[in-house]
Amino acid sequence: MLPKFIELKKNCKKDMTGLHEMKIALMGDCATQHIATAIKGFGFTKGFAFDVLDTDYNQVIPQVMDQESETYKFGPFIVLMAMCVEKLYEEFVAAEPEARASFAKKKIDEYVAYWTTLKERCGCKIIMFNFPEADDRVYGNFGSLVDSSFIRQVRELNLLLGDKAQESGNVYIVDVAYLQNAFGRSFLHDEKLYYSAKMTFAPDALPYIAKEVVSIIENITGHMKKCAVLDLDNTLWGGVVGDDGLDGIQIGELGIGKAFAAFQTYLKELTKRGVILAVCSKNDEDKAKEPFIKHPEMVLRLEDIAIFVANWEDKASNIRYIQKTLNIGMDSMVFFDDNPFERNLVSSMIPEITVPEMPEDPADYVSFVQRSNLFETISFSKDDSKRTKQYREEAGRVQLQASFSSYEDYLKNLEMVGQALPFDTFHYPRIAQLTQRSNQFNLRTIRYSEEDIKNIALDDNYVTRYFTLKDKFGDHGLISVVIMKKEEEALFVDTWLMSCRVLKRGMEEYIMNSIVAAAKEAGYDKLRAQYIKTPKNSMVEHIYDNMGWKALGDGNYELEVGNYENKKTYIN
Amino acid sequence: MGREEILEKVNEIFQEVFDDDSIEVFEETTADDIEDWDSLMHITLISEIEGEFGFKFQMKDVVGMKNVGEMLDIIQENI
Repeated sequence: MLPKFIELKKNCKKDMTGLHEMKIALMGDCATQHIATAIKGFGFTKGFAFDVLDTDYNQVIPQVMDQESETYKFGPFIVLMAMCVEKLYEEFVAAEPEARASFAKKKIDEYVAYWTTLKERCGCKIIMFNFPEADDRVYGNFGSLVDSSFIRQVRELNLLLGDKAQESGNVYIVDVAYLQNAFGRSFLHDEKLYYSAKMTFAPDALPYIAKEVVSIIENITGHMKKCAVLDLDNTLWGGVVGDDGLDGIQIGELGIGKAFAAFQTYLKELTKRGVILAVCSKNDEDKAKEPFIKHPEMVLRLEDIAIFVANWEDKASNIRYIQKTLNIGMDSMVFFDDNPFERNLVSSMIPEITVPEMPEDPADYVSFVQRSNLFETISFSKDDSKRTKQYREEAGRVQLQASFSSYEDYLKNLEMVGQALPFDTFHYPRIAQLTQRSNQFNLRTIRYSEEDIKNIALDDNYVTRYFTLKDKFGDHGLISVVIMKKEEEALFVDTWLMSCRVLKRGMEEYIMNSIVAAAKEAGYDKLRAQYIKTPKNSMVEHIYDNMGWKALGDGNYELEVGNYENKKTYIN
Repeated sequence: MGREEILEKVNEIFQEVFDDDSIEVFEETTADDIEDWDSLMHITLISEIEGEFGFKFQMKDVVGMKNVGEMLDIIQENI
């Protein structure tokens, strides 16, 4: 259950010191005060102190077009555009009948023009609502066949919004149409409140709207869920495998097994999008693994699970072990367990992990996870689907390491091959995604959108490198990004981040060698760099010191390129 | 439910919506008597009362209510 609007309203008065501050300018063609309140109040529950500029009713055009507008003076990080379907309809009915079939195309041009101007003038990110499918039903069911009907135009406009937002790289869409499908038109909208107060969303719906907006903002700022940790008995199948045996568990045809099969299918879809699955179960390991290997109706198989922990230790300790092995933040993990006792234990021992209150009926598992929006993302690259495989390969490396007497021998034996290349179009999505996802090995934690990355790649004032690494166990893919800015005296390392999957393989040294080589190639004698501390990046606090750079204080460093000796690595 | 009981519940809703336990409303109370009672608060009140008493106001109620007494009349008619 989400907090009610009135709770969100109260949150706005609370002390927000120490929270993540962010400026949001809100503009729309409906009344936006309630939306502003809901977003600010919901943001508070997720650790944000939003400073919301709520511009006047129906002032989108002057706010965007006037260079001196409140919005530009305010300097927002995010502009939220709350366009409502009611206004859209007013415009639609005012349009000549022959213009209606191209209504959506005309509107999208208008929105893209706003986006472009906003971006040029204040470099902000833009979040915009799409349109709930409110239809006049003038044509009834036949409306879905008539290209000049309102319903057709709304649907087309929503598709176009998605297309253009994707192209833009800095525009994110709140899928209000989905919310209406999930909760219903009468939940989302109260006619009398629109007619009397121009409110497009009913107060009860506002927390849901605010939640979606804040989810997107969390993603923009790098807070996303990366891993689902799963219990087995009564979570992935019905019954207890230790008692009921392989044939007795309910998965697929048996008992309520269809509900569990649907849940597994959903989890498997998440893995294709890059979410990692881990198992954490109180069981004997061989019994726990048996269904994954032998049961014909299991959807999830061992290869879908990045790390499998089944023993009789307490779950909090096992989750800590999983977190350490995967080397991801505890706050990026979600723990699914049907047992309230286990959930309570884990959430009290590990406050950072997300522990959803699973519904009692397994038939509701899928819709529960869908609606909870736990795995929101703002990017997708084709490499995402390989992530589980990469974490499994990692487990193989850990075993190999154990078989060598020295770490050096192990590294030699890995047969590593690295590559350092300037940014290319093909990799913009993955590069942008890494700048958004990486928290630990990230020297300055600057987040870039795909559009930003493209601009940097094409700008002669920057030198860019992405790094790939593979070894005999598999391909890590693109695992590190370096952006260097040309300054008068020195080449400045604006961004250096690396996936923690490849820590301590000599990749750090390989990258450093490559940074120096790039500086030489660009004709610089000197490199400059900076470490900006965040709550998560202490692991790289001293990396420049350790690499022999000169510390200038306040996290600033420089390096005379001529004095640098290439570091030894086992990466070819 | 008697009128007094309704008034008591309505008073609680006012306190909740305005986040102020010292608020006391009477039949004659109007928007002018409560400092923060603007259109945003009005909508919030409407929505909370609808939720509490389980009915929907009509649009004429939303725009036409002159004071708390009229609000109570409408609630009484609908429950």
